Amino acid sequence: MTTRTPLRPLARILHARQKGENPDSIERENLRLRHEVMRDKSRGSAQVRLVILAMSFFGAFTLIGARMGTIAASEPVEPRTASAGAEIDAGRADIVDRNGRILATNMLTHALYVQTRDLIDPARVAKQLAAIFPDLDEKTLLRRFTDGRSFLWVRKVLSPEQMQLVHEIGDPGLLFGPREMRLYPNGTLAAHVLGGSSFGAEGVHSAEVIGTAGLEKFADARLRDPAQAGTPLVTSLDITVQAAVEDVLSAGITMMNAKGGAAVLMDVNTGEIVALAAGPTFDPNDRPANPTSGEPSDSPLFNRAVQGVYELGSTFKIFAASQAIELGLVTPETLVDANAPMYYGKFKINEFEGHNYGPMLSVSDIIAKSSNVGTAHIAMMIGGERQQVFLKSLGLFDASPVELVEAKGAKPLRPARWPEIVTITAAYGHGISGSPLNLATAYASIANGGIKVTPTLLKRTAPMQGERILSERVADLAVGMMRRVVTEGTASLGDVPGYAVAGKTGTAEKTKRGGGYYHDKVVNTFASVFPANDPKYVLVVTLDEPSENTGPKPRRTAGWTAVPVAAEIIRRAAPLLGMRPQVEAASLDGLIAVKN
Amino acid sequence: MRPVLYVLSFLAVMALGFWAYRENYATQASLREVTDIQNEIAGLRESLSIERAEWAYLNRPDRLRDLATLNFDRLGLLPMQPSQFGVVAQIAMPPAPLITNIPINGTELVAGTLDGAAIADPEGAQTP
Repeated sequence: MTTRTPLRPLARILHARQKGENPDSIERENLRLRHEVMRDKSRGSAQVRLVILAMSFFGAFTLIGARMGTIAASEPVEPRTASAGAEIDAGRADIVDRNGRILATNMLTHALYVQTRDLIDPARVAKQLAAIFPDLDEKTLLRRFTDGRSFLWVRKVLSPEQMQLVHEIGDPGLLFGPREMRLYPNGTLAAHVLGGSSFGAEGVHSAEVIGTAGLEKFADARLRDPAQAGTPLVTSLDITVQAAVEDVLSAGITMMNAKGGAAVLMDVNTGEIVALAAGPTFDPNDRPANPTSGEPSDSPLFNRAVQGVYELGSTFKIFAASQAIELGLVTPETLVDANAPMYYGKFKINEFEGHNYGPMLSVSDIIAKSSNVGTAHIAMMIGGERQQVFLKSLGLFDASPVELVEAKGAKPLRPARWPEIVTITAAYGHGISGSPLNLATAYASIANGGIKVTPTLLKRTAPMQGERILSERVADLAVGMMRRVVTEGTASLGDVPGYAVAGKTGTAEKTKRGGGYYHDKVVNTFASVFPANDPKYVLVVTLDEPSENTGPKPRRTAGWTAVPVAAEIIRRAAPLLGMRPQVEAASLDGLIAVKN
Repeated sequence: MRPVLYVLSFLAVMALGFWAYRENYATQASLREVTDIQNEIAGLRESLSIERAEWAYLNRPDRLRDLATLNFDRLGLLPMQPSQFGVVAQIAMPPAPLITNIPINGTELVAGTLDGAAIADPEGAQTP
């Protein structure tokens, strides 16, 4: 506190009076000084007020400006859980068959989780949950509720009835999270094609569904793409045909006492797989766990049509014959040495059950009678180099490019070196393995007038524009020779009146793990083309370890096992494919020309 | 003159304010309605997908095959066979028209007798 100076200090007034000056001037002077001090003080405080006011205005305007900026920059709608437009649907796309019938779709269900802190009576909740879900154990649940964790998943999916029962427990610690569940309404139908799916990353509000096998895994990125979630993935399968093929195949596996089997039905012009079945099968809604021990082929998850890499036996003979005709080495009527047994170095090449079809046999008869020796001689004419190029062009050396994740791992097996003995054995399908799908693709390439076919599981409308591997004339001759196999050769049980089935049987003994062959374990294959006069479809049926036991001794040749199954499949599937049976005059003419 | 202008412009401001107030609330109501409709559409879309799944489930080939077997005595359904294809020539021609329409003279005769009957007994029709 400053000392207040008096306006009229006595000392100065007396002094001024002595000098005769006016003492009032001193008072005015002092008053003026005092006012100046007061003015400076109030000016200072006014300045401070102004600064504070300016700062608060500045702050307020900055805040308003920033808020306006964020509002302008952000999305103008409230975030919503459900949306009206299908185009921004977050779900996984459906999978449908070629006619738009559903193979895989989604269903909204709920997952059950527990916030243990909010549980009022953990013991009662554990008891009632165990009563609703018989697979849950009351003691384990109670232990988990009370061991200190705050969050716990109980079930990944609930049915509406179960959800209602859980609601009725009425404990605030029990909570539901929405879940998109993958549903395969047709059960086991096309299980090996679809594969399966499971939950990936899981949150309370949603969980991602990821494909775990088959097409679901191969096309995972496409199915999960939000931009395409509204458009279903259209496969080339036909549910009706697929069901018929699976029905006949599973009956065939049972009747022929086989361990398993596979069937592939392919459109030869487009390469579309109309049906792909493998047995035994499984339910993709409840996909079993991957096997951890034993043979992988014993699991129902094993897709024999794609993953089953077998020696396919005599079905390969038609490749040697058609290549030799294409190269101009023989015609179907050319007589070839077929005198069995044939010796090549230390190897002895025999016919089935020690027959001798020789000494000379026409190429057409070699195919019809399935002569190993005759095929061996044809293969020696072709030579290993050209044979390898041809087999490779048919796709028999590479994993099938079909849209299944398993296909990449099922690369056909072939010898690293290719000496002449391999040329001979490969010509009748020994020492070289492939999957039934590989074989179907190769047959489709022949039946498609010699233009290479790429197999696909997705709907394709345009015919194949592949490279030409056989001339059209040779392709026709090859189908004609295969027709003779059915009319008068090893596949006589395969004749379906009206559909002019052509095909080639194959029987191969299974290889032992350590080397050598089993004699009572075979793989029977029938690769067929129908109708022979204008090939539309290729059907390959493979049975794993079949034996037909109606006769006095078990029969294990394809003609007795795979062929009747294939014939029944054609009988059932061809009408469903819209093919009307034909009177076979035209194809008979062709056969006479071939036979001469 | 000037006070009248003031009063008029004041009234105009009041009217515009009232109009803006009404519009504001009408807009908010429409937005709420749109939200409700979109929620309803989303719900319907979801139930549609469930209906589709159920339709596919009810039409699965296994079930249809079982139903065809169960109801065989009534429906007699069997798997389709190649022999069931036919040609147009196999379809029977429609039956010939009924013979009663053919004799045109006959109708005249019948008409004559009816006329005759009507003339013969004009009162008969009136007697109870």
